[in-house]
Amino acid sequence: MYVYDDFDRTLVEERVRDFRDQVGRRLSGELTEEEFKPLRLMNGVYLQLHAYMLRIAIPYGTLSSDQMRMLAHVARKYDRNYGHFTTRQNIQFNWIKLEQLPDAMADLARVGLHGMQTSGNCVRNITTDQWAGVAPDEIEDARIWAELLRQHLTLHPEFSFLPRKFKIALTAAAHDRAAVRVHDIGLRMHRNSAGETGFEVIVGGGLGRTPFIGKTIKPFLPKRDLLSYVEAILRTYNQYGRRDNIYKARIKILVHELGAEKFAREVEEEWQPIRNGALALEAAGVAEITQRFRYPDCPVLEDEPAELGRARAGDPRFRIWLDNAVFNHKLLGHAIVTLSLKPVGAPPGDATAQQMDAIADLADRYSHGEIRVGHEQNLVLPHVAQRDLPALWRALDTIGVATPNVGLVSDIIACPGLDYCSLANARSIPVAEEITRRFKDLDLARSLGRLHINISGCINACGHHHIGHIGILGVEKNGEEYYQVTIGGRADDAARLGTILGPAVPYGEIADVVEDIAAAYLELRERPDEHFIHTFERVGVEPFKERVYAAG
Amino acid sequence: MTSPLQQKLKVTGPVVVTANRLGDGAVVYRTAQGNWTGDLAGAAVVTTASAATELLAAALADKLRAVDVYVAPVELTAEQQVIPGNLRERIRLNGPTIPLPGES
Repeated sequence: MYVYDDFDRTLVEERVRDFRDQVGRRLSGELTEEEFKPLRLMNGVYLQLHAYMLRIAIPYGTLSSDQMRMLAHVARKYDRNYGHFTTRQNIQFNWIKLEQLPDAMADLARVGLHGMQTSGNCVRNITTDQWAGVAPDEIEDARIWAELLRQHLTLHPEFSFLPRKFKIALTAAAHDRAAVRVHDIGLRMHRNSAGETGFEVIVGGGLGRTPFIGKTIKPFLPKRDLLSYVEAILRTYNQYGRRDNIYKARIKILVHELGAEKFAREVEEEWQPIRNGALALEAAGVAEITQRFRYPDCPVLEDEPAELGRARAGDPRFRIWLDNAVFNHKLLGHAIVTLSLKPVGAPPGDATAQQMDAIADLADRYSHGEIRVGHEQNLVLPHVAQRDLPALWRALDTIGVATPNVGLVSDIIACPGLDYCSLANARSIPVAEEITRRFKDLDLARSLGRLHINISGCINACGHHHIGHIGILGVEKNGEEYYQVTIGGRADDAARLGTILGPAVPYGEIADVVEDIAAAYLELRERPDEHFIHTFERVGVEPFKERVYAAG
Repeated sequence: MTSPLQQKLKVTGPVVVTANRLGDGAVVYRTAQGNWTGDLAGAAVVTTASAATELLAAALADKLRAVDVYVAPVELTAEQQVIPGNLRERIRLNGPTIPLPGES
């Protein structure tokens, strides 16, 4: 965990005081809605279909058990007993009242949580690998660099009114679990031939109306230059990004229109005069941040202890969960455990206050009080002793977060869609729920293997449909909900946008289409271990298209 | 952003003026008496662009009680009951179409 200092605490408390004053003035009529709206958005407060929505940042996806308990408290006291974890390592409360928001924010501030920069045209919550600090394949703990960026870019006066919102993701592992190629800036740590570590800098990725995979403009940036180079990118964007057309305002459009090479030259010109200035990261400064990350004192333990082997042999349900939701930790005798927030027939990413409290208690008991939030809308306990896995599984199963579907067809990423969102054209959640019902047979889901479905209720693509192996986009046609399907997208190291399958289908047929695609894959794959995405890459879209539209 | 009053209103059937209540964001409808109600049955229903514009103008002037004011389509059943005119408005009136977590 990162330990906040007095500066951070003061900043958050002052923001709560300011916001309480602003809400009071709005309710009294002293502020108009036009004056108040930008102020509430700066604190993550949106107005959705039925109510205000509060979005709270979870920097680099790391939560303490106390913070999780506070989220449960807010859900219980100010909302309807649940929260929704998002694809950007945030949590949203959907039913919060404006009149009560200052009190809710004051409660959140007690544990260092807030909604700053979760909305508006600023640098949003910086996301990273939910396994950072514990992943066996990582070079370094990515959160240290995410924290440096967070500190530098929080309330940065020059970047508080950018042409449009700005999203940064960072990974320091061999496998990209943070989808860095579809962010405004993606940072990927590498080790060079001299053994030094630095960042590949990727810009102009993004989804939404005009999706792009980001372009690498700097293959290897020394770590000392991270802040100055990001500053140079933001300055270049701030200067040249379009403010005349909201649909062309993101950096991806600028990079596309200028070309990556020209954009890189502009950044270089901006960067050279500042690279050796105040933003150059010296070792002492980095060490200061590093030492504020407290790592649990995990004892050296036996790998694959006998009690784990006995439990695996003795209970097939436990074995299936173990094989699906438990991953190698960098320390022997420990494990990373994913908690599925994707039970069959329920909204993806939602957790009740009771579940949040129980997860906080389990984190204290089994994971040194630490919880992570991943962009796939699941939670993670990052420091579990392998010998504790049977007991932990029983507890997780009791509270409904041990569905062994991590990475499978029912581990669906979905936005809130038209059930909540004022921008949406179509519903996402009931589509996701129906698909999980169609694939509730775990043997079928396991036989399909790794298969990512992403659902967005509108072109803004909060469900990242472009990069789903199967992507589903809700559209409205003559007052009816239709769904356009793409296949072959991926978010990882080989990120790619999906290919449109064919004409959109009505609400009542979309789950059938997914079943048809799954059936086609089972027939087309060469071997049981050829993943869906690899079959698609081998055969292309046509065989899937024929299967889906043949019946029509 | 263009004010709803500056946008040309196209009214092809019965409409109401709707908004979200300032204090809690709840969905409300403009009544003929110039108040707001959460009950669609109590909403003023108009059928012409000029009547809708007038209703909208009065609602927009009420800056303290409601926000995000706009004209929404409704339908009248054979029994003259007012029902929402599209899925979005049905969801706004009735809430999410799925059981909320903990309810199912």
